[in-house]
Amino acid sequence: MATIIVVTSGKGGVGKTTTSAAFAMGLALRGHRTAIIDFDVGLRNLDLIMGCERRVVYDFVNVINGEANLNQALIKDKRVDELYILPASQTRNKDALTSEGVNKVLSELFERGFEYIVCDSPAGIEHGAFIALYFADEALIVTNPEVSSVRDSDRILGILASKSRRAENGAEPIKEHLLVTRYDPSRVNSGDMLAMEDITDILGIPILGVIPECPSVLQASNSGVPVILEDSSRAGQAYTDIVGRFLGENLPHRFTTPEKRGFLKRLFR
Amino acid sequence: MGALHSSPDDAAAKAFEIKGGLFPLTVLRLLKDNIEEASRQIEELLRKAPDFFTGAPVIIDLKPIENARGTDLTGLITLLQRHSLVPIGVRNGTDQQRQQATAAGLALLPYGDGAKLRSIPEDRGKSRGHKGLSMSRIVSRPVRSGQQIYAAGTDLIVLAAVNAGAEVLADGSIHVYGPLRGRALAGIGGQVEARIFCRSLEAEVIAIAGVYRVLEEPDAQFAGQQVQVYLSQGSLMIESV
Ligand SMILES: Nc1ncnc2c1ncn2[C@@H]1O[C@H](COP(=O)(O)OP(=O)(O)OP(=O)(O)O)[C@@H](O)[C@H]1O
Ligand SMILES: [Mg+2]
Repeated sequence: MATIIVVTSGKGGVGKTTTSAAFAMGLALRGHRTAIIDFDVGLRNLDLIMGCERRVVYDFVNVINGEANLNQALIKDKRVDELYILPASQTRNKDALTSEGVNKVLSELFERGFEYIVCDSPAGIEHGAFIALYFADEALIVTNPEVSSVRDSDRILGILASKSRRAENGAEPIKEHLLVTRYDPSRVNSGDMLAMEDITDILGIPILGVIPECPSVLQASNSGVPVILEDSSRAGQAYTDIVGRFLGENLPHRFTTPEKRGFLKRLFR
Repeated sequence: MGALHSSPDDAAAKAFEIKGGLFPLTVLRLLKDNIEEASRQIEELLRKAPDFFTGAPVIIDLKPIENARGTDLTGLITLLQRHSLVPIGVRNGTDQQRQQATAAGLALLPYGDGAKLRSIPEDRGKSRGHKGLSMSRIVSRPVRSGQQIYAAGTDLIVLAAVNAGAEVLADGSIHVYGPLRGRALAGIGGQVEARIFCRSLEAEVIAIAGVYRVLEEPDAQFAGQQVQVYLSQGSLMIESV
C-alpha cells in the first residue's frame, strides 16, 4: 500500500512546491517508486521546477475526466528511475478536482506499485488545499519563521485533524511533520524571525527539518532542477537530511546557527 | 406480514414531535433607555471581538427600561442582525415595546425578573447533582486556529494548547493544561460561577457568563502565568494559582 504525503502550508509562497520536488526526488534517489502530483490546478509550476514543462501533454484533470489515461499523463523523470510527475492543468480551475476523481487516480497509482505519492498542495484554506490533504496518510507542514505563516500552518493542522478522510473515518490521525523553510539564523538572532523552538512550541508537532534561506533554491528552480540534486547547496543538503530522517535515520539538525564568517570577511568588515 | 411491506399505517406515522428544550442563550439587558448609546457600545464591543457572538441567539431583556417611552427597538434589532447576532425574542417590556418586537418577528418570552434569570444556573447545578452528573468534555489534542470546541452543559478540559485564533466554550468551567492563547468563554449559558483555569495565560479574549475581557497586550502581570479567572460581583478577576 502506498503512503500518501501532502505538502501543505495554508500560506502561499512558503516553499511547498520546492519541498515537494526535492522530497519526491530524494525518495526516488533512495530507490523508492514515487509519484508527485501537482494539485495547484490553474497555476501549475511543479513541472517547471522539475524541468519537464515541455513534456506535458495530458494532465491530472484530463485523467480525472477520462480524457486521457494515467499512462499518457504521467511523466517519467529523466534523471532518476523511480520518479513520475503528474502535472496540473493550466486551463481549468480547482473545482475540476472532485473527490471521486482524485480517489480514482490515487487507487490507480497504488495498483501501479508506487510506494510514495507526494501531493503538492495549493495555498489557501479552501477547496484546492482541502482536496490535496483529504486522502493523506502523512503531512509535511511547510512553515516560514514568521507569525502569519505559523498561524496558517496551525489552521491547516486543525483541518488535517478534522476534515481529512482519516479524521472522518475515525482512523489513526495523519502523521504530521514540521518543516521550517527559508530559515535565516542571523535574522532569528536579531529578532526579525521566529526561532525554531518558538515554532515547535506553538505548533506542537515534531520537527522533521529546517531548510536555510539559500539563493541556490531560486537558481535551481529556474533551471528546472530540484535543489536536492545540487550537492553544494545548503538547502539541497538540508533536504537530503530531511528525506533521511523521514526514512528513519537519526541525523542532527544543520544550518540552524548563523554561518561563521570567513576570516577574510571578518577582516574586511 | 413482513416489515418491508408498507402498511396503510405508514402514511399516518408521526412526521414530527414537539419537545421542550433548554438551550443556552445570550441575554442582552438594556440598562438605559438610550438605544443610540447602547448601539454605539455594542458596535464598539463587536468591533473589538468581531466573531465573538457570530450567529448567537439573543434574548433582549427590556426589564430595566420598562418605564421608558418611545424606545426604538426595531433599530436595535436591525443593529444586532447587521452584526450577525440572531435576536430571537424579548423578555419583559411595555406593550408598545412588545408590539415592536412582534412586528420584527421576535418571540415574546414570559415575563420574568432579573433575579430569576440569575438563578437559572443554580437550578441547573442542583439538578446536575449525583443523578444527572454530566461528565466533563476532555480534549487531548491541541485546539488550533479556526477551530471551535464547545462543551455543552458541562466543563471543558483541554490537555494541550488552545492556540491563537482558536475558541473554546463551555457551559461550565474551562481548564487548559497547555498554553491558552486563543479565546476562552466559560459559563456561556449565564453560569456566573463558572471559572477558567489555565497553565499559561496568553489569551486573546476571556469571558465568563458574558462578561469578557480583550487582552490586546498580554496582561503584564499575569502573562504566561498559571491563573484562574472568575466573576466577583459582576467583574472578571484574574488571580495566580
Ligand atoms: N530555502 C529557500 N531559500 C530561498 N528561497 C526559497 C527557499 N524556498 C523557497 N524559496 C523561494 O520562495 C518562492 C516560493 O517557493 P515555492 O514556489 O516553492 O512556494 P509554494 O509554497 O509552492 O508557493 P505557492 O503557495 O504559490 O504554491 C520561490 O521563489 C522559491 O525560489
Ligand atoms: Mg506551489
